[in-house]
Amino acid sequence: MTDWSGYLYLILQGALVTVELTLMGSVLALIMAFVAGLGRLSRFFAVRALATAYIEFFRGTSIFVQLFWVYFVLPLAGFELTPLQAGVLGLGLNVGAYGAEVVRGAVQSIGKEQYEACVALNLGRWQGMRHVILPQALLLMLPTFGNNAIELLKATSVVSLISLADMTFQANIVRSQTGNTMLPFATILILYFAMASAISWGVRTLERRMARGVDGVRT
Amino acid sequence: MEWDWDFVWQILPTLIQGVKITILATLLGSVLAAVVGLAIALLRRSPNRLISRPVGFFAEFIRGTPLLVQLYFIFYVLPDIGILLPPLVAGVIGLGLHYGTYAAEVYRAGIDNVPRGQWEAAKACNLSARQTWTHIILPQAIPPMIPALANYFVAMFKETPLLSAITVLELMNQAKLVANSYYRYVEPMTLVGVFFLIISLFSVILLRWLERRYGRIER
Repeated sequence: MTDWSGYLYLILQGALVTVELTLMGSVLALIMAFVAGLGRLSRFFAVRALATAYIEFFRGTSIFVQLFWVYFVLPLAGFELTPLQAGVLGLGLNVGAYGAEVVRGAVQSIGKEQYEACVALNLGRWQGMRHVILPQALLLMLPTFGNNAIELLKATSVVSLISLADMTFQANIVRSQTGNTMLPFATILILYFAMASAISWGVRTLERRMARGVDGVRT
Repeated sequence: MEWDWDFVWQILPTLIQGVKITILATLLGSVLAAVVGLAIALLRRSPNRLISRPVGFFAEFIRGTPLLVQLYFIFYVLPDIGILLPPLVAGVIGLGLHYGTYAAEVYRAGIDNVPRGQWEAAKACNLSARQTWTHIILPQAIPPMIPALANYFVAMFKETPLLSAITVLELMNQAKLVANSYYRYVEPMTLVGVFFLIISLFSVILLRWLERRYGRIER
């Protein structure tokens, strides 16, 4: 009879790494989403082109290839990254590209009259964006951002392949040490599902809270 | 570390072998996903709660957990209960099940978009449930959802590198083998990225065409 508590501890340690990666990756993704998403709507051609190239590149190649590239090729160019940094960078940039399209779609879906109202009130471009457009667009983005966050959580499992000790990595260790396959994988499947449920619950709550006061604006 | 074209030509045939497996896995996975998705979508609409609830939960569970872990589960756990699968088959089943749950949502939206009057007319014409589905509902529901389905199949294509984790010799795995035997990572990893970018760009063109041909997807 093996002592499962030790192995469970190992998996929980991995769960901590997974949560850490998801949080840091989400923050980077959120920043990139706004930078690139608003960049695509910029007045300047160079900014638009740069944002489009970033989005198409990261959406066009797979997360897996990007992680490997960040982890194996960047060090040769002189950027030494720890697996955790490589993971956060790869995940954040990848999901950020998807988020950027969400930002662009939401901002563009705000009615033209809102922009005209901004001009009528003599708001600058930035002021109009900050006080009028984004508060409305943010509400439209939230559900999709929630889905993106879940995608990011699921993508974290890939970092186990660049030797980062996340939940999947630990489960594999438990498998190779005990020979039992069912228990470790079933455990982490349930843990991943619990985390995904927590994210979607959190986003729903946030959405309800943010919808207050903007009611009636949305058609 | 500089780029070596001779090395590129040397490894190209091996990588193209991998591309073939990648495309094969994507095609088989897409077919399976389309079938599984339809089955899930139909079962979730079942009036019998003992069927619709568990199927719904199962689909949610699969969508909330990482594909990589599911692949491990299929590849390592199933042999314990006597089901021994070759790596490629296990990979295709994993891809098909995972993306089948996404496809199910597309089917659901497509079916919900068929106007109520069509159901009522089918009833008025005294068609059986089976006839209603095959002759009235599905022929109207499926064409508008083709672009959305194709979108998921492109996404699936980008996730095929995960199959390398369960020893399928697809593009990523070939690249890793080459890289490990020559100790050169820049060319193989970059080429993998380039291959994915090229195929994704082609699929984007195909998607645009599908969207024009079969009507726009609702957002």
